[in-house]
Amino acid sequence: MMAVAVIAIVLQRNLYSVVVLGGVYSFLMATVLVALDAVDVAMTEASVGAGISTVLLLGALHLCGGEEAKPMQRPWVPLAVTLAIVAVLIYGTLGLPAFSDPQAPIHVHVVPRYLSDALVETGIPNVVTAVLASYRGYDTLGETVVVFTAGIGVIALLRSVRRGSKEGS
Amino acid sequence: MDAFASHYTYWVTVFLMAAGLYIMIARGNLVKKLVGLGIFQTSVYLLYIAPGKLIGGTAPIVAEAYKVYSNPLPHVLILTAIVVGIATLALGLAIVVRIREAYGSIEEDDILALDAEPGKRA
Amino acid sequence: MRREPVLRVVGKLLIPYMLLFALYVQFHGDFGPGGGFQAGVISAAAIIFYALIFGLPAARRLVPDAVVESMVALGALLYLGVGFAGLVLGGNYLDYFVLDRNSVTGQLRGVFWVELGVLITVSGVMLKVFYIFASRRRPD
Repeated sequence: MMAVAVIAIVLQRNLYSVVVLGGVYSFLMATVLVALDAVDVAMTEASVGAGISTVLLLGALHLCGGEEAKPMQRPWVPLAVTLAIVAVLIYGTLGLPAFSDPQAPIHVHVVPRYLSDALVETGIPNVVTAVLASYRGYDTLGETVVVFTAGIGVIALLRSVRRGSKEGS
Repeated sequence: MDAFASHYTYWVTVFLMAAGLYIMIARGNLVKKLVGLGIFQTSVYLLYIAPGKLIGGTAPIVAEAYKVYSNPLPHVLILTAIVVGIATLALGLAIVVRIREAYGSIEEDDILALDAEPGKRA
Repeated sequence: MRREPVLRVVGKLLIPYMLLFALYVQFHGDFGPGGGFQAGVISAAAIIFYALIFGLPAARRLVPDAVVESMVALGALLYLGVGFAGLVLGGNYLDYFVLDRNSVTGQLRGVFWVELGVLITVSGVMLKVFYIFASRRRPD
């Protein structure tokens, strides 16, 4: 179903329906993530991808116009490039570990320590929050600073200057 | 056939990645390119999280009743990635709004044509 | 939209629950899925919902621009401040176990303040970006 939503996004030219389809796609992705036991990520993807993303895209479309122009030339070169990349990637993924393999490298290095010690050392049962806020707190600091930077970037780009009245009020 | 069942998630990821990439390089509308970037990013989330799942495991919240947990490390990395993605989207949309105000259009062909004419930019 | 009775009533019923749910997600991030980012986005969505139904000027009276802009910076400063508290109390930067005599309580305290900082910054940024997009005039 995600494939259907994505193909519809590719072919649709009315941008308002593209945004709504993007919201549908985000919710479907959140469902898949719950099936893969990633509950924190699913909640974030649903709220950010289907919630705030849709709001921001609709706000931008209100300012920019909601119809996409018909492509002037047939897109054979981009299609060929995409298919070539797909072929190379599928060849590459054949070397990756199989689905749900307990001996895959991802499961054997530092993660057993996180799973066994998170509750004991930090007192937090949710291992994802413990790792995010405590074991890897620097990464979360960087992420917060990135969000802050995006905020002040948008303020700097789009600060409204009304003619004849107070700036930025 | 065994390779199909065990690598199916990777191929879904590759399909979504290809769709996102196609939208970004084949369509000229700037807002649609940003939506394509979003699709590309969600395919990368799937690429990271799918290998962490253990069949028979549960979400990585420690409780006495469960012994096997899915891998929490990709969840942490992807949480950061999702938030950075929305920050990128917000900034990209701000730039698109400014481009629209400066050039009058958000189609890539129109913008390049306007740039090619000397002295015509607003 | 302010005149529609259905939207007004439903909005007044839902918005307090949305804000409460945001706080629930924030504080129960230790025991279930949740945490600062999700809570920040949900609380910003509650205010955006209010702005959609009752108009942007009403939302700006409720959460003024100065408050939102200071929220953007305050959260990041709070996070950095927790790091410095770890430095001042004897450990490395962003060490939580020195924040209290019992190291587990120190960890819980550090995670609480850090997640609060994340909540403030994320909700401030989302709300500010919405305010900017919604109040800009169309370039015609």
